[in-house]
Amino acid sequence: MTDTTATAAQFQAHDDHAHEHDADHKPGFFARWFMSTNHKDIGTLYLIFAIFAGIIGGAISGMMRMELAEPGIQYLQLWSGEQGDAALHLWNVLVTAHGFTMVFFVVMPAMVGGFGNWFVPLMIGAPDMAFPRLNNISMWLLVPGFVLLMGSVFAGGAGTGWTLYAPLATYGEPGPAVDMAILSIHIAGMSSILGAINIITTIFNMRAPGMTLHKMPLFVWAVLITAFMLLFALPVLAAALTMLITDRNFGTAFFDPAGGGDPILYQHLFWFFGHPEVYIMILPGFGMVSQIVATFSKKPVFGYLGMVYAMVAIAVVGFVVWAHHMFTVGLSVNTKMYFTAATMVIAVPTGIKIFSWIATMWGGSITFKTPMLWAIGFIFMFTIGGVTGVVLANGGVDTYMQDTYYVVAHFHYVLSLGAVFSLFAAFYYWFPKMSGRMYNEFLGQVHFWVFFVGVNVLFFPMHFLGLEGMPRRYPDYPDAYTHWNAIATHGYEIMAVGMVVFFVNVIWSLVAGKKAAANPWGEGATTLEWTLPSPPPYHQFQTLPRID
Amino acid sequence: MKTLNTILMAAALVMAPAIATAQAPVAAAPTPAEAAPTPPPAPDAALAVGTAPDAAAAPAAPAPGIQHAIPDPKLGQPTPGGWLPQAQATSVGEQALWMHDVVLMPVITGITLLVMVLLFWVVVRYRAKANPVPSRTSHNTVIEVIWTLVPVIVLMLIAVPSIKLLARQYSPPQADLTVKVIGNQWYWTYEYPDNGDFSFDSNMLREKADLTPSELASGARYRTDADGPRLLAADERLVVPVGAVVKVIVTSNDVIHSFAVPSFWTKMDAVPGRLNETWFQVDKPGVYFGQCSELCGPKHGFMPIAVEAVSKEAFAQWVASKGGTMPGAQAPAAAAPAAAATPSAATN
Repeated sequence: MTDTTATAAQFQAHDDHAHEHDADHKPGFFARWFMSTNHKDIGTLYLIFAIFAGIIGGAISGMMRMELAEPGIQYLQLWSGEQGDAALHLWNVLVTAHGFTMVFFVVMPAMVGGFGNWFVPLMIGAPDMAFPRLNNISMWLLVPGFVLLMGSVFAGGAGTGWTLYAPLATYGEPGPAVDMAILSIHIAGMSSILGAINIITTIFNMRAPGMTLHKMPLFVWAVLITAFMLLFALPVLAAALTMLITDRNFGTAFFDPAGGGDPILYQHLFWFFGHPEVYIMILPGFGMVSQIVATFSKKPVFGYLGMVYAMVAIAVVGFVVWAHHMFTVGLSVNTKMYFTAATMVIAVPTGIKIFSWIATMWGGSITFKTPMLWAIGFIFMFTIGGVTGVVLANGGVDTYMQDTYYVVAHFHYVLSLGAVFSLFAAFYYWFPKMSGRMYNEFLGQVHFWVFFVGVNVLFFPMHFLGLEGMPRRYPDYPDAYTHWNAIATHGYEIMAVGMVVFFVNVIWSLVAGKKAAANPWGEGATTLEWTLPSPPPYHQFQTLPRID
Repeated sequence: MKTLNTILMAAALVMAPAIATAQAPVAAAPTPAEAAPTPPPAPDAALAVGTAPDAAAAPAAPAPGIQHAIPDPKLGQPTPGGWLPQAQATSVGEQALWMHDVVLMPVITGITLLVMVLLFWVVVRYRAKANPVPSRTSHNTVIEVIWTLVPVIVLMLIAVPSIKLLARQYSPPQADLTVKVIGNQWYWTYEYPDNGDFSFDSNMLREKADLTPSELASGARYRTDADGPRLLAADERLVVPVGAVVKVIVTSNDVIHSFAVPSFWTKMDAVPGRLNETWFQVDKPGVYFGQCSELCGPKHGFMPIAVEAVSKEAFAQWVASKGGTMPGAQAPAAAAPAAAATPSAATN
């Protein structure tokens, strides 16, 4: 910087407000929500966006469960208005849209953009994120991204699966829909890269005095590690997507064997991103659960350093196990042996986390408020998803399960019951802080139990379907699979009831909820956000807190 | 690849009338097993590119087909409402199933129960009412080392049979038969390069109700229970001899498909531009079904795989009926057309 003459005033975003000493002064509606530079407002926008996209993604899965409720094709012709292949194509479009929406427009924005934005600055004692305008654009990039994805559905629809495997996604599906879906993910990826840069910079440079790295709350650690994973993984996805686009439109042949390309190269690139991606979706959840378990056990987290470095280990090892998604593509035996062994290694740090959460509760004085129910539910469900991961890690055994419903069950246990449970836990935990109002405890608990039963009835039978050999991404199935499919669809119905309870609770609480105290959770809640009023002032920590 | 295919298909079309005429005397022809100097099978269309006129002229007749087995609902297909892996028909599959049932399932059930019991215990014992004053313990090096090392040991114990299984899957015995499996949107093509290189397509059999009246009128085939379950039955099965080591070369003509037979514990992606290899050795006769296991477009769910394991004799007869030959016998097409006159089929 050569601009030594600049004064602080020149850097101030709102000169005209300089005379106002009110930390809670907010700009007008449009400026506040559409030109926001405030991490809490941007975090709120992210959460609203994720909930909105979640409704769409969840509705798509409802359509799929409806179609799968009984054998035969019942609804696809009706929904697509077409017959034959065009109707069946709609099935692949639904599968693809559900996957993209949930991964890129629900879980990632909610975890990192929503709760990360809201609570990283609060927990490290920072007034805001390091780059407020970058923060704003990373939020708003999601909107055109999602519009493109939804638009692709109406432009013929991309039926490639969220994995966009070449050559199905290159010469296998002409037309604009796949291009729109690819661009959509490109934009969502850019948004995440910018967000990751912002988070890393904020955490490295803006911690309050005394907040050393090893004093940071585990949620901040989790988001920091996630941001690094995003930064390393997403550029690889961007490269793969760019090659898809040029293969599709500009005559290159990166993935076309007729031109000397290799379809398997695409899978290596995709999963080099895709496997870290699954940890990107779950690590912030680990952090949230750690905070919540400690709070409601009224105990510090057990084995803090072990927890931190278990997450670091998961992130590092998570980058060298990608080909376990490709066990049946024709890998050499040595490659499969390596990826089998490396994948199983991840179970060790994951086990450390599970046991440390239980040890945190051990000797505690536990209250079972809604967030704690979700956190305990998370631990149990994530364990089930984790152990089926150990089964799938064995390359020789996975031959059977690869691309069957066993895999679908596995990743929904870690994502739909893992990541989503942690999101609900965090939502209830921080709802009083974000909104200034308490949620309804009774409705919250009803939501938990109904949802818990629903998703288990929905996803557990999928293990059985997979073991019986039912392949993924099938709109119709042999009659032998009818029983468990019907039960899974009933599970969806139960889960949907739970979601209605959730929305009733949110609306009721925002309108008529009790005013929340600065710290509604008592002595167990020790992180900095609970030292501020609920909701926090528009600009917090005008004088930085000191941590000793 | 594509060009070659086009040529083959063109040849097949050219040949079609010839084969049709050649097939006329089928009913009258004695079975190859009984009559030693049988007329040789009509050369397969794909092979006959250069010899079409000769073949058409030859008084050749393909041997009659075999009586295809009726699938056993307990073998080679999913069980209604079932929740366990399908019964295995290969010894590699049995080993993998053992790995799953005896090694992995007990371990993961044990871990899950352990976590469940621990959670239940802390929830009951350390609820605020039962334990109003929380401890402040946040470290215990011994227990942290234990819960790091014990999983490491457990995983190493899993890894040993797992690596052995992988090694077994990748060390096939000497192959008795090679078949080439080619994925297409949305059917499979099977080639028998060891048996005169004949090939045929295998399509899903549709339900009677799904056929149009004109298709029905023209005698189009539809599924019956003797063919197999709905969505699994195929018009042509991949026929292999029981007990033979079958080398399977898998590839694709368009997008990626995946050749999967759950009851063999076999799955191999069909990738354009690649020749993937796998193998199986079926222990008992029967019909084994599988389905395409890599998303390949709208009809991904409608290109089943049906493998039929038959006795050696029946296999030879089936090969002859397809216009192929058994190895050891003289190959018809590679040699001069004169070879067509020598006894060939059904000597195995």
